[in-house]
Order: sequence, then C-alpha cells, then structure tokens
Amino acid sequence: MPVKSVPSQTTTEAPAKIAQSARIDEPVRLIDRTAMLAEADAISHYAAPVDRTRPAKMSVSGLNLHYGDFHALKDVSLDIPEHQVTALIGPSGCGKSTFLRTLNRMNDLIPSCRVEGSVTLDGVDAYHDLDAALLRCRVGMVFQHPNPFPMSVYDNVAYGPRAHGIRKRAELDEIVERSLRDAAVWDELKDRLDANGCGLSGGQAQRLCIARALAISPEVLLMDEATSALDPISTAKVEDLVVSLKERYTIVMVTHNMLQATRTAQYTAFFLMGEMVEAGSTKQIFEDPHDERTGDYVSGRFG
Amino acid sequence: MPDIQGQAGASSIIDGAPAAASSLPEKNGSSPHPGSPKGKDARVPKKLMPKKRVERIGGTVCGICAGIATLLVVTLIFMVAEHGLATFVVDGISPIAFLTGTTWNPHSNGADGAPLMGALPMIVGSFGVTLLSCLFVLPFAVGAAIFTVEIAPTFGRKVLQPVIELLVGIPSVVFGLLGLTIIVPLVRGAFGGTGYGLLAGSVVLAVMVLPTVTSLSIDAIASVPNAYREGSYGLGCSRWQTIWHVVLKSALPGILTAVILGMTRAFGEALAVQMVVGNAASIPTSLITPAATLTSVLTMGMGNEAMGTVYNDALWSLALILLVMSLVFILIVHLIGRKGAKVNG
Repeated sequence: MPVKSVPSQTTTEAPAKIAQSARIDEPVRLIDRTAMLAEADAISHYAAPVDRTRPAKMSVSGLNLHYGDFHALKDVSLDIPEHQVTALIGPSGCGKSTFLRTLNRMNDLIPSCRVEGSVTLDGVDAYHDLDAALLRCRVGMVFQHPNPFPMSVYDNVAYGPRAHGIRKRAELDEIVERSLRDAAVWDELKDRLDANGCGLSGGQAQRLCIARALAISPEVLLMDEATSALDPISTAKVEDLVVSLKERYTIVMVTHNMLQATRTAQYTAFFLMGEMVEAGSTKQIFEDPHDERTGDYVSGRFG
Repeated sequence: MPDIQGQAGASSIIDGAPAAASSLPEKNGSSPHPGSPKGKDARVPKKLMPKKRVERIGGTVCGICAGIATLLVVTLIFMVAEHGLATFVVDGISPIAFLTGTTWNPHSNGADGAPLMGALPMIVGSFGVTLLSCLFVLPFAVGAAIFTVEIAPTFGRKVLQPVIELLVGIPSVVFGLLGLTIIVPLVRGAFGGTGYGLLAGSVVLAVMVLPTVTSLSIDAIASVPNAYREGSYGLGCSRWQTIWHVVLKSALPGILTAVILGMTRAFGEALAVQMVVGNAASIPTSLITPAATLTSVLTMGMGNEAMGTVYNDALWSLALILLVMSLVFILIVHLIGRKGAKVNG
C-alpha cells in the first residue's frame, strides 16, 4: 500500500518539522537582546549620557485619559528633560502616541477624549493656563505619515510663520531656507521650492514636515513614529537630524524601533497597557531594567 | 476535513498515480485516512458549464443595457442637433444673426426679409439667472458645509443635511408658486417695477440648487484628509485658519464641481423660472426688468408651433444651445476633477 503510506508519513512529519523550525527561528525572528546590544554598540551606542542636572522642560503628573469608556492612560507621571531626546517605547496600543498627543493637546480635537491630571510646560499648566494654539506653537509635532499640505514646498514651510503674522517676503525666505537646512533637505529641494509638496518622496516629504514644524521655532518637538513610513536611508537621515537638533530643541519621540531609541535617545520611557511602567536613562532601561515587563519587552520576549 | 479526504482519494483513483495522491494531503496539513472515494468526481466539471453560461448571459445583458443607454444619449444629441441645425441649414438663417440678434419675433420679418430671430436676450437671461443664483447660493452652501463638517458634525449630519436635502424632493412648480407669492412681491416692494425679472428668477433658482451644491460641498470638505487638519493644528493654527488655508484650499476643486453641477441644474430649470422671470424677450436692462430665458421661451412656444415651421426649428436651436452648454459645464467639471487630483497628489 504505497499510496496510503506515503501521505500518512509526510503528514505526521510535517507538523513536527514546522514546530522544530519555529523553535529554531524564534530567537532569530524576534529581537535578540544581546545581538541588539552588540549591534547598538557597533553603531553609536547609547547616545550621550543623561545629564540629570538639567531642569524638566515638560512635566506630566497623575495623567489619566479616557476615550469615552476606554481608560487609555492610567496615572502617568513623567518628566521630559530639556535639550535631551526622550524615547517612548512599548507595544502597539499601549498609549504612547496618546501620551505624546497630550503634550501638545492634539487630543482636544477628539470629542470623546477626557484628560485629568497636570501637564506643565516650563512650570505653566498647559491645559488651564495656556491657549491650545499657543501651546502648539511652542510644542511642535511631526506625524507618523508625512502629511505635507497640497501646496508648494515653499508655502508648506511658510504656512506656520504666515499663520502667525509674518508677511514680509524676505523674512519668509530666510525662515524657509533656515528650516529646510535644519531639516537636512535644503540641498535636495532648493531648486524645487515651487514643486507641490504632495509629489515628494516619503523621506523628503517627512523632512519637509520636520522643516515645517521647525519653521515656527518650537521649544519642544514631538515625533510620532516619524520614521516608520520611511526607508532605512531616509530613517538614518532623520535620526542624524534628531541628534543634531537636540542642541536647540527638546525632543520626544515615539518609536517601535528599539535600536533607534538606543541610537538617538538619552532617556527612555516604557509604556504598557496605558501605564508608564518604567522610565530612566536609555542605557539603564535596555541594560538593567528594574521592572520585569520592561526586561521582557526590550529583550523581545513579547510585543 | 472529510471533503478533502474524499477528493484526495478520488483523484488518486482517477489518476492511478501515487505521486498525485500524496501531494494533496501534504498541502492540506493532515489527513490520517486518505482514500475512501465516494464518487464525487463527476460533480466539479458538471458545475462549471452552467457557471460559464451564467457568465455569458450576465455579460450579454449588461452589455445590452450599456449599449442602449449609450445609444439613447447619442440619438438624443443627434436628434436635437438635427432639428436645431435645420434653422441654419434648411431655413437659411445666419447663425451669427441668431446668436447676436436682440429681437425675438419669429413671426415677422426684419428689414432684410429674414424672420426676426435674435436669441441673445434669452442667452443673456439664462446666463444671468444661472450666474446670479450661484453667487447667491455659494456662501450659504459653503457656510453650511463648513458648519456640518468642521463645527457641529453631529447636528449637521443628523439635522441640517437631511433637512436641506428635503428641498430636492419639492417639485419645481411649487418653488415657482412660492416665488410668485413671496419673492416677486418682495422684489416689487423693495426695488419697484413689476417684481418679475432676473433677480426674482435667480433667488428662486438659488433655493432650488441649494441642496445640490450644499450636499456636494459637504462631500468635498469631508473628503479632505484629516492629516491636513492635524498638520495645521499642530502648527498652532486656530480652527478658522485651518479651515480657510488648508481645508477650503484642498476642497476647492470639489466645491467648484458642486457649484458647476448646481449651475447645470439652474441653467436647465424651466418651470419655476418661467413663472417669475417675466417672459419679455428683450435684453434685460436691470435685474428687476422682465426677461426671458432659453428654457422659458421653449416651454411657452413649443406647444403652439407646428413641427417643421421656421419658428419650431428656431426653438430646437434654443434647445441645442441648452444642450451644448450643459455639455460644456460637464466638461469643465471633468477638467476640474483632473486638476484637483493632480494638486492633491
């Protein structure tokens, strides 16, 4: 009975093979902590250590956020140090983007959203003593997907300054050039200032959006997975940019890429299910996490 | 998975090749008891035939429907063009005199012996009421659309939009009646004269096209990506700045389309306009002197003139102008749509 025996053999072997290969693949497919740290060491390593003497630029305490009945952020307290890069990490849906959006009150736009607790910018309550539009002038934002306006590159960058009352062409010219230079995209776009911003490549569009955010000279720059829609080369450019911008801006970035956090951030906060589990220097979070869940996450055991 | 087993077993028997039998269970993951044929092999090819036939019938029926619809449009345009051009080809009236003449009296002849057929007063009247009505309707429609999408979405979508869309269902004769009893006396009281004229006509038309323009403007504004709004808010702009500089700018092609579709409707509307426009076929000297439109002259004259007379042919020519203008409007809509798609990436 060769007809019957052949299939029965293969079918019993097949699942075993799959299970075996899965066991072998597992550590390779997920992020391996030792390999990751080795790679991080090889690249640049933990960006310069945390300077704890610096004052907190923004301070969040006892923050609770609800979307209707859903408790999205649970009693989060976190200080954002000035002129440092703070990375927010955690699995999808853990509330890190929501947290980022409370820093410049973008959640105000969602009708069912309710915020309790305090968020301060330079010690001033951002929710009660600051106008939302004024707050957003000081706390700029770059979004996950590049969202240039359907207008020329020049008008995209000049949009913010114009909205805030700058009308003189010479002044606008200077702001546009400076912002595009700061965003490391001037050389690529200086001859295409009249081109439509929607026609740029993803990487250029995202750096254009960074330039647009820089044009209104914010003090804090929020980046919501700003590199997740970009290719590796564009990502590297944006990361270099982040490192160079931290001299002048305080940066908070949400990232799914843990290597990115180790390369660019001095400070890391780990979010899980709406809670801020642990925050500390990037080196400490990745090498010596105090909380077991943080250790599991950064070593790739889940998420 | 009894089906798979059955098929696997069946195919192995048909083919008589062990290799063919072994390939199926392996693909499907598990099959501890291959074999047990149940004679289902005949079913598959049998079912394919009717399927093919259904495909063919479906394709034929849909093709015939599409063909009839296309044929209808083409013959319609051809017929209107045939009758409309007869004025110039058969009756020998100069097209230039027809389009630029200012006296409309086809029953009497002018100094050169040709019938007095100047369609310019009606052309001016039609364009006058159309443009004016769009001017009136634009601020209301865009304002209502902004309110519905940006300011009070719940109220707008649940109350405002349905109420405005109720206007679509009201017959045009009712609009004419309301215009006759409300707008005409109002215009008469405010500006003197008879009250009949372009102003009364365009106000009535504006109310009639309001739902079309509003609905399409709402769609245009609602389709602006939220990312644009977030980008603008993120730069510290107020809601009004965001609406004015980003939302309206991005929705502009859609709003223009809405206005032009409204214009198409206003241009072709006959009954309501005829009731309030005054029906004097002379070039209007002001917004409150009686005027006539292409449609009003058509509705009043068509029943009175025998087919084939010069007057009747002239009316067909007016219909041809209406048709051509509608086609031009639709062409403009297409051009705007293409340009808008380019601007918005």
